[in-house]
Amino acid sequence: MTQLALVIDLNVCVGCHACVTSCKEWNTSGWAGPMTDQRAYDEDPTGTFFNRVQTYEAGVFPHTETYHFPKSCLHCEDPPCVPVCPTGASYKREDNGVVLVDYDKCIGCKYCSWACPYGAREIDEKQRVMKKCTLCIDRITDMNLPESQRKPACVLACPTSARLFGDVHDPNSVVSIAIREEGGYALQPEWGTKPANHYLPRRKTRIQIHEDELVRADNPLKKEQLPSLPEGGETLDDVAW
Amino acid sequence: MHPAFSVIFLTTLIGAGQGLFLALYTGQLYSLANLLPVQSDKFYAVGSLAAIALLIGGLVASVFHLGRPERAWRAATQWRTSWLSREVIVLPAAMALTFLYGLFHYLGWTDPLFVISETLPVDLTLIIGVLATLATFLLFLCTAMIYASLRFIKAWYSPLTVANFLFLGVASGFMLAAAFSAYLGNNLVSFYGTWAVVATLLGAISRGFSLYRNTRFRCKVDLKSAIGVHHSDLHQKAQGFMGGSFNTREFFHGNSEGCLLMLRYGFLLMVFVLPVILIVLAYILESTRLPMAAFVIQYLGLLIERYHFFTEAKHPQNLYYQSMA
Repeated sequence: MTQLALVIDLNVCVGCHACVTSCKEWNTSGWAGPMTDQRAYDEDPTGTFFNRVQTYEAGVFPHTETYHFPKSCLHCEDPPCVPVCPTGASYKREDNGVVLVDYDKCIGCKYCSWACPYGAREIDEKQRVMKKCTLCIDRITDMNLPESQRKPACVLACPTSARLFGDVHDPNSVVSIAIREEGGYALQPEWGTKPANHYLPRRKTRIQIHEDELVRADNPLKKEQLPSLPEGGETLDDVAW
Repeated sequence: MHPAFSVIFLTTLIGAGQGLFLALYTGQLYSLANLLPVQSDKFYAVGSLAAIALLIGGLVASVFHLGRPERAWRAATQWRTSWLSREVIVLPAAMALTFLYGLFHYLGWTDPLFVISETLPVDLTLIIGVLATLATFLLFLCTAMIYASLRFIKAWYSPLTVANFLFLGVASGFMLAAAFSAYLGNNLVSFYGTWAVVATLLGAISRGFSLYRNTRFRCKVDLKSAIGVHHSDLHQKAQGFMGGSFNTREFFHGNSEGCLLMLRYGFLLMVFVLPVILIVLAYILESTRLPMAAFVIQYLGLLIERYHFFTEAKHPQNLYYQSMA
């Protein structure tokens, strides 16, 4: 069975919020919209978002490491928000594992948001129904789009390619390889919700170089020595253009 | 969690309504066994009407919790998995059965249909009463399980939640029955008062345990697990917005520790201590006003208790909204 998901690389996320704005831009005008705002240009602005980028810091200044942490619905394989819904508005798609809300059935009781340990769901104050990340279901299932475009808006917008998209149940997909080889992990695994979205940890690639490795001690033919300069200094012919 | 007033009124009103019905039916059973004097049908009819009024009041309050109340009928469809859906089915059932119970008493359809072993005359109200009792207990279970089934909210995820809803609902219902009897001036005040005190004391034990439990447990997850960065010194610097969101409004109660302490002592006093003292005093002084005062004080106390119940719940999503730089 297919389980579509995002893999978010915290090693390369720079916290630019491009995924947040592209998500809002795509979804507010599409199938999952509108994503309404309240007091957008006044004091205390607020609104509906499917995706937020938070920032955390580890350590004490100046010895700190900054983590930009994009946060959206994790499309759990065992989503606790679905069985609690009294109307069946919350559901998990059988064919691709995306967790969705049917806005025409939702009564806005907020019970699903209580049942989600990740705080991934937000009520839309204007439409008065629960909303959440749809993985851009209207993009990824649109066969009229070229295959390279059949990805969530946030993935296409990310300037550092920190967001990967694919089927985590296919061991050869880009996301499965990333999870397997780059140490991908799930959030709050203690609950057993089995989030489909994974995160890749911060990782540094350093090589150890010792001084003697830069100079060849043993070089009998002097192969790497530069030819000596001609007498009388360089001429125009000696300069490589 | 942010206390939802619609839910606070829903759970306290239907709790009192369910308790009142149980009180009426208990009274009828006792009189059948000749342990209490038989009451007029009007007593049961008017009592049931009051219970229905409380249940309807709760239903009306619950509507304010919904974003789209016009679609509320859909909430009856997922009874296989959702306790909320089960409550939506059982609440009207309990209302209908309580209504029928009152109606049959009002119409005087109390001639025995048959007699069991020549001692127990069974009439329509007795049969409807059994069904209504069943529905009432089911409703207590459904209402409480809405909270007790959320495994991420540890303060609620406990059988104590069910016990609290049951005992406190029954206590307030019997308290109301005592007040009702005192108002009518019949001789059931001490019977209802005694059971109200028993239920209140049982409630005090279970609520005391849950308060004790909720002051001393650690959440299963912490910030390290929430974002997957296992550094011992993690701080949040930005939440992804400056002006707040559903996440900061719905899951935080915003009360200070001092305020919570005051609320806690307030409801302990108003739900458990004062009503018991008032009922005992009413028994000694043979007062008709004190049982009514006991009910009113206990109900107001229950509103505070339910408010506090929400503030006790620490939602794990709050880990993501701890601070802003």
